[in-house]
Amino acid sequence: MQTSKFLAEASLGAWLDELAAKAELIVPKRDGNAVVFGPYDPDVPVELSQEATAPPKSIVFPPCEELMHFTQGKDPEDPTKPLLQLEETMPSGRKVVFGARPCGARGFTIFDPVFGSGEIRDPYYEARRADTAFITLACAESGAACFCHWVGSGPADATGSDVLLIPVEGGYVAEAITEKGAELVASSLLTEADANADAVEAFRKKVTEALEPAPALDAAPESLLAIFDDMDFWGAISSKCISCGACTYLCPTCYCFNFTDESRGMEGKRLRTWDNCMSFQFTQEASGHNPRPTKGHRLKNRVGHKFSYYPGLHEGAFACCGCGRCIKSCPAGVDIREIVLAAMAHAKSAGKEQAHD
Amino acid sequence: MQPLEDIKTKIREALPELECVIGWEKSWTPLTATPLFMRAPEDVDRLIWGPFNVNNPATYLTGFKGKKIGILVKGCDSRSVVQLLQENLVKREDLTIFGLPCKGVLDVSKVVAKIGDPGMVKSAELNGDVLQVATNKGATDIPFSEVMADKCVACQYHNAIISDHFAGDPLPPSMKPDPAEEQLAALAALAPAELFEHWAGVMDKCIRCYACRNACPMCVCRDHCIAQSRDPHWISQEHTIRDKIMFQMIHALHLAGRCTECGECQRACPVDIPILALRKKLNRVVKETFDYQAGIDSKATPPLFTFQVEEANINERGW
Repeated sequence: MQTSKFLAEASLGAWLDELAAKAELIVPKRDGNAVVFGPYDPDVPVELSQEATAPPKSIVFPPCEELMHFTQGKDPEDPTKPLLQLEETMPSGRKVVFGARPCGARGFTIFDPVFGSGEIRDPYYEARRADTAFITLACAESGAACFCHWVGSGPADATGSDVLLIPVEGGYVAEAITEKGAELVASSLLTEADANADAVEAFRKKVTEALEPAPALDAAPESLLAIFDDMDFWGAISSKCISCGACTYLCPTCYCFNFTDESRGMEGKRLRTWDNCMSFQFTQEASGHNPRPTKGHRLKNRVGHKFSYYPGLHEGAFACCGCGRCIKSCPAGVDIREIVLAAMAHAKSAGKEQAHD
Repeated sequence: MQPLEDIKTKIREALPELECVIGWEKSWTPLTATPLFMRAPEDVDRLIWGPFNVNNPATYLTGFKGKKIGILVKGCDSRSVVQLLQENLVKREDLTIFGLPCKGVLDVSKVVAKIGDPGMVKSAELNGDVLQVATNKGATDIPFSEVMADKCVACQYHNAIISDHFAGDPLPPSMKPDPAEEQLAALAALAPAELFEHWAGVMDKCIRCYACRNACPMCVCRDHCIAQSRDPHWISQEHTIRDKIMFQMIHALHLAGRCTECGECQRACPVDIPILALRKKLNRVVKETFDYQAGIDSKATPPLFTFQVEEANINERGW
């Protein structure tokens, strides 16, 4: 299923207007130094020159959502009988996310096996996921924090996108990847793209060749398990981490959440909010015991989950799309690439030592 | 740079007695250094000094409670150390403090505003008074004065206030006016409703990651913060501006007269919210009311840690 169309730079605005008429259109916009996704406004420029500071995660998986509304009361006929009325708040409405980079859209393919398959499915996630389409822009250049090609992706990876835009002279080639995508490019503003086939090929070649060679991470899952109990290693490597949630909240693949009830009088709501494993409260138990009492334990979990436990459960796929936001936005300069490589090297040398014993 | 080499020698000498010495090393981007925890003598080779050493290493001190540790500080960092000593949160005998004179550090946000995506920076170097930055789009020369952190412009403490080993010639206080005054005056000129609108507007994009809190050297409740407590339940997990502002207010009030204005809260914010102004404003109130500045005198008692039956500048009864 792939059709390619050409979109002239000059027609971009008109196409966005068209898309906005059909669905809620969400685009990256500049806000000071940050680039954040928000509702499309024809009078505000769409910021495509750089990867957005925050990924489009919140559109399908909001930072906070009301799952249900509840009202408590008493049966007037039998006052000893409490009444509880529940009303679920299911999301609805078509959305189109325009201008995410491949890593941002690919993040949801990590969510899907967790929320949208198997016996236990998440109807809230599934509803938003089904109603949201992604028109993604391929990256012409990779930054110093980018490492998508370490984790099986690349600057023009279409995985998770419905339409992939490849920048070419005078505009973009819009490749429809899914049926949803084919519908989106079926506009009279988009024309025949055959003449641009070579340019697309050249683009793919150029962005791939520009990448630094990626180290093999095949040994990462096993290495991380092998050094699970080595808290000296995790203590030292987490020294500079300040244990905040910037990395997890900006991560396109972090999906942990928490539930809280907020009540006022006899009414209330059940909320689902993002949680983050770098927070002390993340695994704190009601007894007061915390199996992850230090930031070393917590950082181990974050890296371990992405590069060992998740792949163990989901056919070897890393729960990381290599966007580098955790590196770029970390106030302390923690670099997850360094940690994974150090863990692999440490497991190797520890293994050798054991062999000598 | 001779003073840096001298201080490296001092660190290597002191290291055997210490858990580690905190400093800075090169990071993934030439625009910022990253904290370095020197545990072995060879780690000391990676130590760097200069305008990219923006992080405040004092943030890590309370995490090493009960251990002997070393710390290399800029003048502003040393104020945080002094304040921690004043509050009895670290022990002087556990600390070995190293200092070098600091000519000011970079405000990465100011650089990013000029050059765009920080991920695209290939190299950055300070040559005299000019920051030379090369990106994918080419080279740019930026006068350092344009991208220096605000706190450095009017810095009164270029040298460690407190240290066991100091190398290099101490620098005199800066004579320039504090850029913060203009910013605070602009906020003070707003009517209450406009001021609220300002804070509601800037807090909207907050992602509640608490990087501001965790980067703060004086935020010492750490794992027991009121922001994540259900009992008392002052803040909910809702993603509303009300909850976001409420946390900022709590943070700022807890720092009144304790904040050394290192700027880490604002620097750490991944979405660049200008939250330092709240702390600065409260510090000025403390200065006017109690004639006190945080982190200057390790023997002084912070004003909100004590009280006078009759405060000189507070007319309690109003008659």
